[in-house]
Amino acid sequence: MSTTAAPAPGASRQDLTLLEEHWGERPSLRSWFSTVDHKRIGRRYLVTAGLFFFLAGVSALTMRTQLARPESRLLSPQEYNQLFTMHGTAMIFLFATPMLFGFGNFLVPLMIGSRDMAFPKLNAFGYWVFLLAGLFMWVSLPFGAAPNAGWFAYVPLTERVNTPGLHLDVYSLGLLFLGIATTAASINFIVTALKLRAPGMSLNRVPLFVWAIVATAFMVIFALPALNLDNAMLFLDRRFGTHFFDPGAAGNVLLWQHLFWIFGHPDVYIIVMPALGIVSAVLPAFTRRGVVGYPLIVLAIVTIAIISFGVWVHHMFATGLPRLSYSFFSAASSIITIPSGIQIFAWLATMALGRLVLKVPLLYLIGFIVTFVLGGFTGAMFALTAFDQQVTDSYFVVAHFHYVLIGGAVFPMLAGIYYWLPKITGRMYHEGLGRWAFWLVFAGMHVTFFPMHLYGLFGMPRRVYTYRSEPGWDAWNLVSTIGSYLLAIGLLLVLIGVVHAIRRGRPAPPDPWGGDSLEWSTESPPKPYNFPVLPEVHSLHPTWDEPSRESMGAGATEDRILAEGRRTLFTSELDGRRERVVEMPEASLQPLVLALALLVFFTTMLFAWYPVAIAAVVVVAATIGVWLWPPRRPERELGVST
Amino acid sequence: MSTRGGIAAATGTEALTTELPVGRSTGWWGMVMFVATEATLFACLLGSYFYLRFQHGGSWPPGDISKPKLLVPLVMTGVLLPSSLPVVWAEHGIRKGQRWRLRAGLAATLVMGATFLILQASEYADKLREFTITTNAYGSLFFVITGFHGLHVLVGLTMISWLLAASLRGGSFGAHRHDRVRNAAIYWHFVDVVWAAILFTIYLSPRL
Amino acid sequence: MPVDTRRDVTTRSRSELWRRRLLPVVLLGGGLALAGCSGGAPSALNPAGSGAGRVANLWWLLFWISIAVFVEVMAVLAWALLFRRRRDARVRHGQPLRFVTIAGAGIPLVILVTVYAIGLRDLAALGDGPDPGAPTIEVTGHKWWWEVRVQGGAGATANELHIPVGEKVRVRLRTADVLHSFWVPQLMPKTDLIAGEVRETWLHADRAGSYRGQCAEYCGTQHAHMAFLVVAEPRQDFDAWVARLAAPAAAPQTDAQRRGQAAFVQGSCAGCHTIRGTGANGRIGPDLSDVGSRWSIGAGAVPNDGGHLGGWIANPQTVKPGNYMPPQPVDPGQLPDLIAYLRSLK
Ligand code: HEA
Ligand code: HEA
Ligand code: HEC
Ligand code: CUA
Ligand SMILES: [Cu+2]
Repeated sequence: MSTTAAPAPGASRQDLTLLEEHWGERPSLRSWFSTVDHKRIGRRYLVTAGLFFFLAGVSALTMRTQLARPESRLLSPQEYNQLFTMHGTAMIFLFATPMLFGFGNFLVPLMIGSRDMAFPKLNAFGYWVFLLAGLFMWVSLPFGAAPNAGWFAYVPLTERVNTPGLHLDVYSLGLLFLGIATTAASINFIVTALKLRAPGMSLNRVPLFVWAIVATAFMVIFALPALNLDNAMLFLDRRFGTHFFDPGAAGNVLLWQHLFWIFGHPDVYIIVMPALGIVSAVLPAFTRRGVVGYPLIVLAIVTIAIISFGVWVHHMFATGLPRLSYSFFSAASSIITIPSGIQIFAWLATMALGRLVLKVPLLYLIGFIVTFVLGGFTGAMFALTAFDQQVTDSYFVVAHFHYVLIGGAVFPMLAGIYYWLPKITGRMYHEGLGRWAFWLVFAGMHVTFFPMHLYGLFGMPRRVYTYRSEPGWDAWNLVSTIGSYLLAIGLLLVLIGVVHAIRRGRPAPPDPWGGDSLEWSTESPPKPYNFPVLPEVHSLHPTWDEPSRESMGAGATEDRILAEGRRTLFTSELDGRRERVVEMPEASLQPLVLALALLVFFTTMLFAWYPVAIAAVVVVAATIGVWLWPPRRPERELGVST
Repeated sequence: MSTRGGIAAATGTEALTTELPVGRSTGWWGMVMFVATEATLFACLLGSYFYLRFQHGGSWPPGDISKPKLLVPLVMTGVLLPSSLPVVWAEHGIRKGQRWRLRAGLAATLVMGATFLILQASEYADKLREFTITTNAYGSLFFVITGFHGLHVLVGLTMISWLLAASLRGGSFGAHRHDRVRNAAIYWHFVDVVWAAILFTIYLSPRL
Repeated sequence: MPVDTRRDVTTRSRSELWRRRLLPVVLLGGGLALAGCSGGAPSALNPAGSGAGRVANLWWLLFWISIAVFVEVMAVLAWALLFRRRRDARVRHGQPLRFVTIAGAGIPLVILVTVYAIGLRDLAALGDGPDPGAPTIEVTGHKWWWEVRVQGGAGATANELHIPVGEKVRVRLRTADVLHSFWVPQLMPKTDLIAGEVRETWLHADRAGSYRGQCAEYCGTQHAHMAFLVVAEPRQDFDAWVARLAAPAAAPQTDAQRRGQAAFVQGSCAGCHTIRGTGANGRIGPDLSDVGSRWSIGAGAVPNDGGHLGGWIANPQTVKPGNYMPPQPVDPGQLPDLIAYLRSLK
């Protein structure tokens, strides 16, 4: 299948040895904890998010088992309520976004022709925080102290009088902790994409996936603070007796909802946007042409990112706000479907004009289109307030968001896993096994979630740990449960496929698919320094274009090899003009130390050991101080006038 | 840890020519993005203030709390807002390689920032006689908004002292190397500007 | 199913149900059309009043539009799969931007503007409440039951409210604790109960019957069992219900009932429950003055019959784990009396 040969070594043997020396890491326990290599970190993100997906998925299977029959007594209400809350919270915060950030971490530097992220140590730090925050939240479950008020934790149910115990403290502190990782990663993505693109990669040559990640990162920057503030206020209310949400003391319960959804709605696009980026990245290889309408898609990405901040009230259509405000938010929610429509039809046009290569990744893309479009339609229905008031908080909504989340995010992720597995692991997956898995996942998904539309319309509310037998509920719930087992088997086959590829897979050539973006011009898996010669980009599809490919081949100029030290190139933000060579930081334990100090801080806050928490803050400040301490340099080099 | 590898490369032959600042640095972008997200946080906080105020309906501040007095906060403003000037002056100094200006400017800012915090402490002592963080939502808003800002001032001051320490230790900053000074300065300006918004929200708006 | 089927005139005959159910299954495979006739389920697609009726019509419009657009998308997809898979298929490098904008933006825009206008009209209709003189029912949400009063009336009942057929009735919603949501799928979409605020909605049924309602905002442990019943009945029956709510509870007739009453009033029960006209004035739990006639015990947890009532009094926590009625120290000898008394309260 390989269309391009191994990357022509434009660098001399001696350069390669030097590069290896500066970038390579000898495997050791220390290097395991101190690495700042974006590929290793990206892989860890993928695996850790996969682990949380597994835990959240098993929670869902347990819930579905309970709901298989009416009045089942498998779970107590207290157990069920913790499970569904952890399921939703983990899927959204610990699986979907981190998984996509894992793809971003692994791919963005490769796609833009750089040797690492802009802030490699910050990147490592972000991963450790994500891991520790995820564990922080999950560990509460076996102690029966897990969050139990739903993933959006409405007050006043979450106030201490109504839910005593640690449950909601775990929630608010856990999400605050995690927010540090998400913010750090987002800033890193933005700066990386702005400054580290290969020379020649002007904005109109930036791969769609990178556009999507950058737009996502901007959304995080402006959306996450609302959630953080909300959680900080909740924690203060619960722990220190403030009254932000207490209507008896000039507070207001709807403040929570506004802030939550000012974050929450952009967040669903934070999840879907990079996934749509994966779609745009995978499609060219399997249609043998570039995606139709690059500028339109970029425009769609940017519009979605902006409009998504103006629709949050559609999650509050039943709270009885003024009708005028409903009309506005209803219109905005309707309009936001347009850019999605543009993207869908751009992909359809790409498929209709290209030549389809029906491998597993493309199967998932087709599954994505079918499923996401259906989920999008129900979303467009909710945009009409009158209809939403009828179905909100029923299983119809549960159907909508699993269609868009699984169809819109998980299917593209699975496409991405199969597509980039050769790049990530250096091994090919088993096509037949992959097909089986696809059909099981696809069928399982629809068998599970399609009936939810029905029993939602039939009046079944969500978040009930059990229900009394009603015609139209019992049978369809059973169908859903059976479907969820099918889906789980399918996902198990995916997992087996991945393990099988790593253990037994055929070694992968550098470019098994004939992909169009720069990661395919590196080895599989890429060397620690990614590119022996930093490419010079001449088009939107650099691996398909002769001059870009040749720029990495023989005759490459010294100033793009940069073998003396850990170096890569800065270019200008807009047109990707070469600016200067920069030195990249080396492996360090500081990120881990900082993350652990934060873990101590949040744990001690949870248990109210405030003196230790203050000590942890001091350690945090000291670590940052040492981390950023400027190196001592000779006066001449600093440029000091004496 | 980055230092040891850094020194060798930084003193290499190419270093001086290739690493002269060209364009914006990644650090600059990183700080701008960080400030953007922090600014959003303050916007949400002040937005919550107005939301609670207008949803409350009745008199504001609610309960028996009187409208905030202006004298101390205006003095605080008079101390904090100009504290950006020495930072600017210091930054311009180090761009010319004048280390003394950097040190003097930072020291001046440090003094002004600390004065601000002391004034804030006295303001708190005064307010606490009237209401606390648990009195009602107004009390919570007052102390959380101003306290959160005070925390930012503290972080800013820590950064400034840290710069000062690094600069006093000798060869850290110069005409070619002052990224950190610039980034800390951005943060300090931000802390300043936010105070203006807080002054308006907490102290002036109840009188409108 | 705790819904009292004796009163449920909406229940259809079995054979009719099957005929109505099976045919569409065959037709539409997915069973979507089944939606229209989900038997006795509180289905939004089986509306019984003007509020839900409007939304059901809106739904069918949206449903058919979605089918049409979905077919459009699938057609392009199918075409590509059918004709663009051959190895010799020639890749075309065009940029059909016009197709993308028309199909992805133009057509959707037309559809969206149209349905938006219709949706606004329906929203306005839902907001169009009853006349000022219409009866008003005050509903207060508690974890996890509904307190129901008629405006101006003295007494209360729980988890059940009556409305006159064909009239719009105002419902005023408050919550005593956390958020709840008032939802009667067959009559009216949801309105949330917001702590610290009062919300209003209305109910209208165009045929008599009992319609199941349910709390639709997650409110903690027993959110699952916070159901209620709306009984739509002729005006005179409604008036009688209002009168009954104002009157003292039925006096005990038999010795057992008298002993039960004494046990209730002197026992722990009176601390939490009111029975009008007796010494029991507790306000923590539901008013039990008409508990014998209710459709369920524990807001839909179990049907209301002697066995379940006894089980409830003996240990409410096994019936509805986590609810706020603790197990009561009732002497087993007194239990039959208590049951007899409570069941006589109609
Ligand atoms: C990946 C996540 C994701 C995505 C992409 C979306 C996409 C959309 N969502 Fe969804 N949504 C969620 C995740 C997501 N949602 C979640 C998690 C919740 C529930 C949270 C909770 O309560 O727990 C929710 C809930 C939710 C609600 C509130 C429901 C309620 O609680 O009552 C609403 C209301 O307007 C809504 C609307 C929309 C709309 C209009 C879109 C649009 O962006 C969809 C656009 C796409 C298409 C429309 C398909 C492609 C377009 C065409 C083929 C063109 C032709 C189209 C038309 C003519 C319409 N969503
Ligand atoms: C990305 C988001 C996401 C995903 C993927 C899923 C996946 C699933 N969800 Fe859920 N869900 C939510 C987000 C998501 N969900 C949210 C936000 C809520 C709302 C919560 C709330 O109300 O607060 C919710 C609520 C929710 C409910 C409603 C609960 C209620 O209201 O009472 C139900 C009920 O059936 C359900 C079921 C399922 C099932 C069966 C799956 C299945 O798809 C799960 C399948 C997965 C597995 C079985 C794991 C197995 C994995 C492997 C074997 C290997 C994988 C490993 C690697 C690839 C490395 N989910
Ligand atoms: C500490 C308070 C408390 C005491 C004491 C108490 N109850 Fe209750 N009771 C409640 C609450 C609260 C509910 C509502 C539970 C729910 O549905 O969630 C309730 C519900 C009931 C119901 C069901 C009402 C309905 O319409 O669903 C019955 C019957 C009942 N109680 C009977 C009794 C009897 C008999 C006693 C004494 C032996 C008693 N209760 C003592 C608090 C109490
Ligand atoms: Cu009350 Cu849910
Ligand atoms: Cu939304």
